[in-house]
Amino acid sequence: MNALLQPARLRAALPVLSLLIVVLPMFYLQPQTFSYFGINTLISLAVTIVLATMAQMCVITVNDLDLSIGSFVSFVACVGASVLQQSTVLGIAVLVGCVLVYCVIGMLIEWRNLPSIVVTLGMSFVWLGLALLLMPTPGGSTPEWLQQLVQWHMPVIPLPLVAAVVIAVATHFFLMRSAWGTLLRGAGGNGRALARAGWSLLWARGLMYALAGVFGVLSGLTLVGFTTSADANIALRYTMISIAAVILGGGEFVGGRISPCGAVIGALTLTLAASLLSFLEISPTWQIGAQGVILIIVLSLRAVIGRTRA
Amino acid sequence: MSSTIVSLTDIHKHFGSNHVLDGLNFAVESGECVGLLGHNGAGKSTLMNILAGTLAIDSGEMRIGDRKVAAHSVNDAHLSGIRCVFQELSLCPNLTVAENVRVLHHGLSGWGWRKRAARLITEKLDEIFPDHGIRSDAVTSDLTLTQLQMVEIARAFTEVDVPVKLVLLDEPTSSLDSTTADQLLNYVQTATARQQAVILISHMLGEIVRAADRSVVMRDGRVVATFNRGATKNELVAAMGNVAAETHGSAPARTSNTGELRVDLAVKGERVTARKGEIIGLAGLAGHGQTEVLLEVFEQARRGSSIANGTVAFVAGDRVRDGVFPSWSIGANLSISATPRLSRAGFISLESEAALGQAWRERVRIKTMDMNQPILSLSGGNQQKVLFARALAADADIVLMDDPLRGVDIGTKLEVYRLIQSEAEQGRTFLWYSTELDELVYCDRVYVFRSGHVTGCFSADEFSEDKVIKASFEEVAL
Repeated sequence: MNALLQPARLRAALPVLSLLIVVLPMFYLQPQTFSYFGINTLISLAVTIVLATMAQMCVITVNDLDLSIGSFVSFVACVGASVLQQSTVLGIAVLVGCVLVYCVIGMLIEWRNLPSIVVTLGMSFVWLGLALLLMPTPGGSTPEWLQQLVQWHMPVIPLPLVAAVVIAVATHFFLMRSAWGTLLRGAGGNGRALARAGWSLLWARGLMYALAGVFGVLSGLTLVGFTTSADANIALRYTMISIAAVILGGGEFVGGRISPCGAVIGALTLTLAASLLSFLEISPTWQIGAQGVILIIVLSLRAVIGRTRA
Repeated sequence: MSSTIVSLTDIHKHFGSNHVLDGLNFAVESGECVGLLGHNGAGKSTLMNILAGTLAIDSGEMRIGDRKVAAHSVNDAHLSGIRCVFQELSLCPNLTVAENVRVLHHGLSGWGWRKRAARLITEKLDEIFPDHGIRSDAVTSDLTLTQLQMVEIARAFTEVDVPVKLVLLDEPTSSLDSTTADQLLNYVQTATARQQAVILISHMLGEIVRAADRSVVMRDGRVVATFNRGATKNELVAAMGNVAAETHGSAPARTSNTGELRVDLAVKGERVTARKGEIIGLAGLAGHGQTEVLLEVFEQARRGSSIANGTVAFVAGDRVRDGVFPSWSIGANLSISATPRLSRAGFISLESEAALGQAWRERVRIKTMDMNQPILSLSGGNQQKVLFARALAADADIVLMDDPLRGVDIGTKLEVYRLIQSEAEQGRTFLWYSTELDELVYCDRVYVFRSGHVTGCFSADEFSEDKVIKASFEEVAL
């Protein structure tokens, strides 16, 4: 068999292929999108989804699911458009507090052996409630520095593209290559083996949740930097998109099998698929369904490839 | 020059009312290989877990080197140079071979850790298993069971910052083939020549006789005999058994049975049969294929094949995992198997359900006033009685029992034994997997399993513990 057609390689290539299938027709249909400005516009909002996907991936690494990431990103956006505007110090303190809350939730789930789905579902209402308290009606404004940072037009290469690559490479290096990231993935693969080697699962899970919190905060700040005002419901759909992106990118729900680069590509694919569908003049009513179909097709392909190997 | 690595004096450990270690005395010197033997429940695994730091002792004195230790954690064990290869392997399937080495060694980090880990494990694999053919960058889940065991063993011998002083191997050859098993036993000699110590737990007596400088036999949580190199297999077997007769006396003699043949299963060439009214024991060390036979019979009976003739019911051994519905009442837990008989037009008749519950409560003496109480309000033994009643209430011809009396108090056990005997007299067939030798005296016939094969078949009058132990450990003792 040709080396390129080996199942493992095919599996790894699947996210890239699905991205190409979405991007190439788009450049064909609307050639002007293949430009600095076009790419910048297309994937500027994708960066927030990429960050939310990284947060979700951290939680999936330890065999959990975070159903609160969407409302958490919304809450962070509301903080960014209100508290952070009024007092930078207080704003940063609130965001650091959020990360600590994520860490504690992770430890709680490990310590009491709780189902993460239930805990994070509950937390999603907590974050949403807090967001509504801060911002009962859409509004607020984002600090000037944040807007400038996020919307900076980098020379030659669009900033969102660079950001996506940097996120992918940095997360890949930490989780897939570093000695500590290896342990954290091991916690998802066989927690008992890790405990038998004398590591604390409490800290492993706490750390992964804290990392998810950091990515969630970055996602919310990026989002509010683009939109310049916030709304308590602004990012609720991120919860499901982020799970879909991790899985699309080659991750698995259990067993610590993840792929940071794949997940970033998955997030880009899902955001761009929406744009492609608008270019094809498919009504927005059908777009979510169409995204679902893409997901099902890719996952079925993966299952087929996996089976031929076994 | 040898020195004591670990010494344990008068160690006690219990789980609930179950005394697992009962005044154990044990020591290992550097440069020796100690063979550890014993039948199921002798306390080998508990001893191993205590040395590994995964279980704490209840009382007694533990010394490592010349230091007395009060609390011994996994990290302490590692820092003292104690390594364990557990029977269920402890590798992370999503990591590569080299990454799994990192999991074991806390000091293995910083730039270039991958290269160092890869070199460590490859060198050790080369040393123990020449021509192993395992790449250090292979993902563990892609390896075969044999390769996994090789990696796990080699990993235990790798050194980063702490020299390895003692390695515990629990059934290390269970998935190795004869060549690799041979390579491992040779390496054990190399390691002991370097003043490292090895504790070898194995059901292959030949390996113990060959590799061990000293063989220690455990029974009922104590060391009952120690042999120096040169002891024969027969001496080892003799030291492991013979307690049942004193504790229970023998079961009433039963007449030979010529009833209809209900089970006739071929297990790798050996026939396992059971007739109407027979109690058939499946014995041997835990996990040697007995449960698989029960599941096979269950499957065949469900399909109505000629291998297993009649309706079938299963009594689970792992109560918590396979048995009880924890949020249901005692009555509902009991009647679930009889639901088809209890229902009218698709609805369960509550009166018949209650009547069934009452009848069985008296028959198996479940200690409760109210069958509507939650199942978890009962003690473990009584929960197990409910599971028995469930199987019997299903009116099945064949009752399969997957070591159901593990960890149950002796009073309950005796009641269940009586129940099984009276039900068998009424024509039911029992297939009973038991890890406890003294339960086998109630059986009409006992099949002994080893590595999935039947290595012994004894009728009630030829049955003895020695024979069962011998068949559990030997290649063939028919």
